[in-house]
Amino acid sequence: MNHWTIVCFALLFAVPAFAQHTFGQADIDDGARLFRANCVICHGPDGDKVSGVDLGHGKFRRATTNEDVENIIIGGIPGTAMPPHNFTEREAFTIVIYLRKMAELASDSATNGGDPARGQALFEGKGGCTACHNILGKGSRTGPNLSEIGLLRRGAEIQRSIVDPDAEIHLSNRSVRATTKGGEEISGRLLNSDTFSVQILDSKERLRTLQRADLRQYAIVEKSPMPSYKDKLSAAELTDVVAYLSSLKGAEAK
Amino acid sequence: MRTRHLILAALLGASFAPAQVTFQRLLNAEKEPQNWLTYSGNLLGQRYSPLTQITAANVKNLELQWVYQVRSLEKFEATPLVVDGVMYTVQAPNDVIALDAATGRVYWIYQYIPSNDARPCCGRINRGLAILGDTLYMGTIDAHLIAIDAKSGKPLWNTVVGNPKAGYALTHAPLIVKDKVIVGVAGGEYGIRGYIAAYDARTGKEAWKFYTVPGPGEPGNNTWAGDTWKTGGGSVWVTGSYDADTNQTYWGIGNPGPDWNGDLRKGDNLYTDSVVALDADTGKLKWHFQFSPHDEFDYDSVQVPVLANVEWQGRPRKIMYWANRNGFYYALDRTTGQFLRGAPFAKVTWATGLDDAGRPVRAPGSYSTEKGVEIYPGNQGATNWYSPSFSPRTGWFYIPTWDNYSSIFAKLPVEYVEGRNFTAGAPQSIITGVRPGQIVTRKEEEGYGAIRAIDPRTGEKKWDFKMTDVTDSGVLTTGSDLVFAGGREGYFFALDARTGSLLWRMPLGGVVASGPISYMVNGKQYVSVNAGSGMFVFALKQ
Repeated sequence: MNHWTIVCFALLFAVPAFAQHTFGQADIDDGARLFRANCVICHGPDGDKVSGVDLGHGKFRRATTNEDVENIIIGGIPGTAMPPHNFTEREAFTIVIYLRKMAELASDSATNGGDPARGQALFEGKGGCTACHNILGKGSRTGPNLSEIGLLRRGAEIQRSIVDPDAEIHLSNRSVRATTKGGEEISGRLLNSDTFSVQILDSKERLRTLQRADLRQYAIVEKSPMPSYKDKLSAAELTDVVAYLSSLKGAEAK
Repeated sequence: MRTRHLILAALLGASFAPAQVTFQRLLNAEKEPQNWLTYSGNLLGQRYSPLTQITAANVKNLELQWVYQVRSLEKFEATPLVVDGVMYTVQAPNDVIALDAATGRVYWIYQYIPSNDARPCCGRINRGLAILGDTLYMGTIDAHLIAIDAKSGKPLWNTVVGNPKAGYALTHAPLIVKDKVIVGVAGGEYGIRGYIAAYDARTGKEAWKFYTVPGPGEPGNNTWAGDTWKTGGGSVWVTGSYDADTNQTYWGIGNPGPDWNGDLRKGDNLYTDSVVALDADTGKLKWHFQFSPHDEFDYDSVQVPVLANVEWQGRPRKIMYWANRNGFYYALDRTTGQFLRGAPFAKVTWATGLDDAGRPVRAPGSYSTEKGVEIYPGNQGATNWYSPSFSPRTGWFYIPTWDNYSSIFAKLPVEYVEGRNFTAGAPQSIITGVRPGQIVTRKEEEGYGAIRAIDPRTGEKKWDFKMTDVTDSGVLTTGSDLVFAGGREGYFFALDARTGSLLWRMPLGGVVASGPISYMVNGKQYVSVNAGSGMFVFALKQ
């Protein structure tokens, strides 16, 4: 690719695709209504029910620009379950801006003046968070991986999980306790389960399959193994940690 | 034609060979258990195979014979037909494939490219074919009915059944009755006005049409406020059944439109969420029974009507069994539609029971609201389109079940625009509906799957085979008292039909979203099921 092409690309992506349309809150609301009426059957209310697609976080399989998404909404994707829709271009556009707004809200850093660098120091030092949490390969894997938590959760949600870890335990963050018929006590993160077996990452970070028939006891743990940091961090420290976590967007291509 | 020519023609054979599958053969399918001639194995809708070579004692010796992998990422929902050693199935969306049923080698593929206007709500899928004579029949997602020569794979005629731009689609296997091909239209999420129509099997010309939502002047139209009947839904997307004694064909009808907001369509909304009994020759309504009047939970009655002749309270009776998406199972007199018995077969909170006529008694507060209300069963139902099975040997009814499963139903305003979703809500559940995931971390109290055996004469639950994940699999019973089924976990398994104990299982690594079948070629019994993008065929080790 020569420099001229790179400049062209940069220009194409730098100019917001919104430029061709103007819009206001009413349009976003229209998009939200159309999305709820037409898209949630397959994509779910948060846009994340089709695997590999997370509309609410700007993750598309085939689309990059707003026009790409509009074209897919109107024309469908032949050969897949995505059907065509008879929306006007304007209507498709309102859905797209609603999705972009969802993504924007989702990645809202809500730093409130927090300092990500100080937050990182707290996370890795005084907080002792890496004893359970892993960020881009650093830290234990026994707790939820936080490498792209800034993409997945809003600042307020991150804060709530720090001060009140039991408030909401996501389905993908469940832990289990089991005792085998031989008396071995096992605990770990629940990765998957079926009628005959359970897949876990155990407390020694081993991927293991437990056969249900071999277990004397097995239960999903109701409470989070994480302690509350309500009294362990000052308000300012908490804001710094939230700012740090909100800045985490995964392994970005460089 | 001179005698010499006649002799020559007879010697050459093919062009003068008698038509392969007569309607008599379809009617008497139980007399040729080596074949699987209709979607449900017989016209009674039982999904029961009389074959007995595979037994409880030897089922552990099943081994894979062949696999056919489709070139499609869609759910593989088709039930194949097997006719005298040849298997016919459909690769989504609408490619018909003829294979050697013993080896899986392909004879021919007929590729139909549906119009880009097709917009089936929940996947570009197809559930199978029908055969009569030497002709296969397929409904397409762009709402065409196509006749295909079973020997050559070439199309013979192509009839437009509905307008795909308005959301009409055909996804189920057609039903043959006498000289007619019967299909119904899908599109309940697009504000269609549903219908069932019969076409001349030789020409594709329409013979009759029955609207599942009655128009002005027709009985039942007064169950729709104002003009709401025009967009009332009442889709059909699973194959009906046929009873030669009464000459009635029975069909399950889908949800009213819009799905999740009934504010405008005040009334019972006939014949949505009902079974209709039609005169097979004329399409005239003989009787109907509505399972879920004025539904706001998407409880399509799109299940295979299962017909059985049983001893009922001391006398022989012609019964229809029905495990409904709404969580209740029913026994009806299929000659008259009289309600005989009904009870929940899974956790139900929208109704407290059924009255003497079988009408649900609504639970207080069980109505859709703007804010949302939690209802059991959830949007996908306590069962759905997945074929149940009736074994004439045990007299029991085997139901693919979702239990402890709820959704939060919230209604939204909606305006009808042709071809646009007309659903008016966004139900939410911990269990995903049409796009199952591969990871399950739920607890049993948050929803699980089961193959559930009940004695439909008494309502007694005989046994349960519980699964951690839910199931979209149909159920097959056999003449040696085996039950074959699968689930989202990707297992295909055999159970004892009398005890429910697990006799054999095989992980196939993909969602089972079709009904298993059994057939025989050269004295060898086969069992076939789809999982993921593959069709897997098993038989006993030699």
